[in-house]
Amino acid sequence: MELTTFWFVLIAFLWTGYFLLEGFDFGVGVLAPVLARDEAQHRQIVHTIGPVWDGNEVWLITAVGAMFAAFPAWYSGMLSQFYLPLVLVLCGLIVRGVGLEWRGKVTTPAGRAWCDLGVMAGSGLPAFLWGAIFADLLLDSGLAALVGGLFSLSMCLLHGAVFIALKTEGPVRRSARSAAVAAALAAVPLGVVSLSAIPGGGPWPVWALALVAMAGLAASVALIWRRREGWAFTATATVIVAGTAALFTSIWPEPLPGLTVAEAASGPYTLNVLTWIGLAALPFVVGYQAWTYWVFRKRLTQEAAAV
Amino acid sequence: MDALDLARWQFGVTTVYHFLFVPLTIGLGVFVAGLQTAWHRTGKEHYLTLTKFFGKLFLINFAMGVVTGIVQEFQFGMNWSEYSTFVGDVFGAPLALEALLAFFMESTFLGLWIFGWGRLPKRVHLATIWAAAIGSNLSAYFILAANAWMKHPVGYEVVDGRARMTDLWAVLTNSTALAQVPHVIGAAFVVAGGFVIAVCGYRIVKERRARGFRGGDAVMWRSGMRAALLMTAVAGVIVAGTGDMSAKLLHEQQPMKLAAAEGLERDTAGAPFSVVPGIEIPQLLSFLATNDPNATVAGTEDLQARFEKEFGPGDYRPNLPVVFWSFRVMIVFGLSTVALSVLGLWLTRRRREVPGWFARACLLALPLPTLAMVAGWLLSEIGRQPWTVAGELLTAASVSPGVTLTEVAVSLTIFTVLYGALAVGEGVLLVKYVRKGPDVPQPAPADPEPVTGESRLQPTLMY
Repeated sequence: MELTTFWFVLIAFLWTGYFLLEGFDFGVGVLAPVLARDEAQHRQIVHTIGPVWDGNEVWLITAVGAMFAAFPAWYSGMLSQFYLPLVLVLCGLIVRGVGLEWRGKVTTPAGRAWCDLGVMAGSGLPAFLWGAIFADLLLDSGLAALVGGLFSLSMCLLHGAVFIALKTEGPVRRSARSAAVAAALAAVPLGVVSLSAIPGGGPWPVWALALVAMAGLAASVALIWRRREGWAFTATATVIVAGTAALFTSIWPEPLPGLTVAEAASGPYTLNVLTWIGLAALPFVVGYQAWTYWVFRKRLTQEAAAV
Repeated sequence: MDALDLARWQFGVTTVYHFLFVPLTIGLGVFVAGLQTAWHRTGKEHYLTLTKFFGKLFLINFAMGVVTGIVQEFQFGMNWSEYSTFVGDVFGAPLALEALLAFFMESTFLGLWIFGWGRLPKRVHLATIWAAAIGSNLSAYFILAANAWMKHPVGYEVVDGRARMTDLWAVLTNSTALAQVPHVIGAAFVVAGGFVIAVCGYRIVKERRARGFRGGDAVMWRSGMRAALLMTAVAGVIVAGTGDMSAKLLHEQQPMKLAAAEGLERDTAGAPFSVVPGIEIPQLLSFLATNDPNATVAGTEDLQARFEKEFGPGDYRPNLPVVFWSFRVMIVFGLSTVALSVLGLWLTRRRREVPGWFARACLLALPLPTLAMVAGWLLSEIGRQPWTVAGELLTAASVSPGVTLTEVAVSLTIFTVLYGALAVGEGVLLVKYVRKGPDVPQPAPADPEPVTGESRLQPTLMY
């Protein structure tokens, strides 16, 4: 594969990893205050992403860093074009991160309420805005941005609710299942509209990837209904992976209107060195992140989260 | 006031703010890892207590460093798109490597450390905090290498109006970076050491007051303070040594910054070092810059004339008073911190008690190095102006052309308000936990062995 193509695919992979992992973090962040009846349940819910959310966020840092290094003109063009939405994304990520880290440290109920507000708004805002930004990039329309944003928000809620159901025991697990069904009521129609609106183009049929994503959506609803949480999570993961793949296939080979990947790309020397370093390092990164999920694989009970 | 000015203010404000938290992440991470290692090796309970106590303070601070760092990575593209397009080929590489090789390690292993108490075997758990601390330090190396390239670009050529990297190794071993990395990381350890010294000093004063007499200080505050004094003193020597290296490199690579820092207007042989305006030490500047007391050091006005010839009309001088005074603040405040730490080591030698006045003086160890470090960054980055990439790209040509004044005004306002509120939150939390002191009663029965049993009893650090 030619180097610019390889780097485009790698960047698409990094974005996919980001949406897949941070997708459920966002959902958990918004749902925590909604689902929790008391502080013990709240801790239990937040605890499901406690050890991993920060590592998940680095997928974004790496995706954007890789764009900067491999396609400087794409990086700078996209980031300056979506200036104000990205300011809000950044603010969201700031208050969310600080809220997650501080909520266990504050001692007053008011302090905790501030942290919870930060986590909720800071998760919901980027979840909406990422969808809106990419929909606007694809279709250049305010309506598309709105629908795309609502889809990504509802998808994060669905993905996050399924994740909570998968990672917890007790009453939280049951209420998370109901929340997943509720989120699916919004995510399914919004998903059908959004996914089918992704313009064709690129080397693979976008419509096929969009169909896979829609099938995943349908499957996730059926599976959560049957209480097969592991499979339901696989299905929501499929929606995100196939949807992001459709998105990046659609923008190939012009990631910004009028700018081709070849024009945007760094020189062959840079791409070459980075390829070797990236290929050597990525397996370790994926390996130790996977190990983290393995260490914290057990379902959380309220008692365990209270420790 | 135009979009360029505001974009510069925004970058300055967000970067200085970001770097208030980074030194504690870098230095305190290693310090906490050291404490946990000491506990692991000796089994002494007070090391565990200190690990958890400073670990908590470390985590309150860590989140702020992470989230304000994300803004930095985005800001290059958002506000400085011309710069990013020009340099991405070279400058983007260390940033991508930083994320891939350092940030993943730092964040993943820190998550394992926070939640791994009792879940992971003790040895593995100790390894996680070291991995996180190494990740933080590694990230500092990459970003400082990228920053050094702006001041002394190497390993590249300009093709079609864009910088193209020709040698990654040259970029990563840039002489400017090799002087700057130990200087900044050393300074981070001084700041973190100063933080610990101040906290221990405060605790000693407070607990003596509560007890009503001197003496019998908790062993942990004394040993924590001694460790931090030693760390600060050693790091201080490294900072001073590499600062001297940097000055010599400035003479060769960034003469304008050196001249501005010294307020030297004309090329001068045997140039004096100006302590403050009016008081000069003869020939010292020439000696510091070149090891030769009679060497000629360039002056701002003569450099300006030469740059105009080379690059065309324009003002190539940075903001002279800011550069001049930040240099002095950096040196005076930085060296006072190091002096304080050496003095402290002397006063507390061979089991001597910490004198009461010194415990109070320790509170200065918090603001002094922090201000020195901020001043150092002002010197370094304002002194680089008017260039973003020395000799290649002007700051005025780096800004995003499509981002309007209103947009930057909005974002600058939002960031300033948000950062201000978070600074208050961080301050309140840190003060609260320092006042409250460690969770575990100090003379807890030592029971270092059973790994699973103890885990249930230990209060965790989070959530």
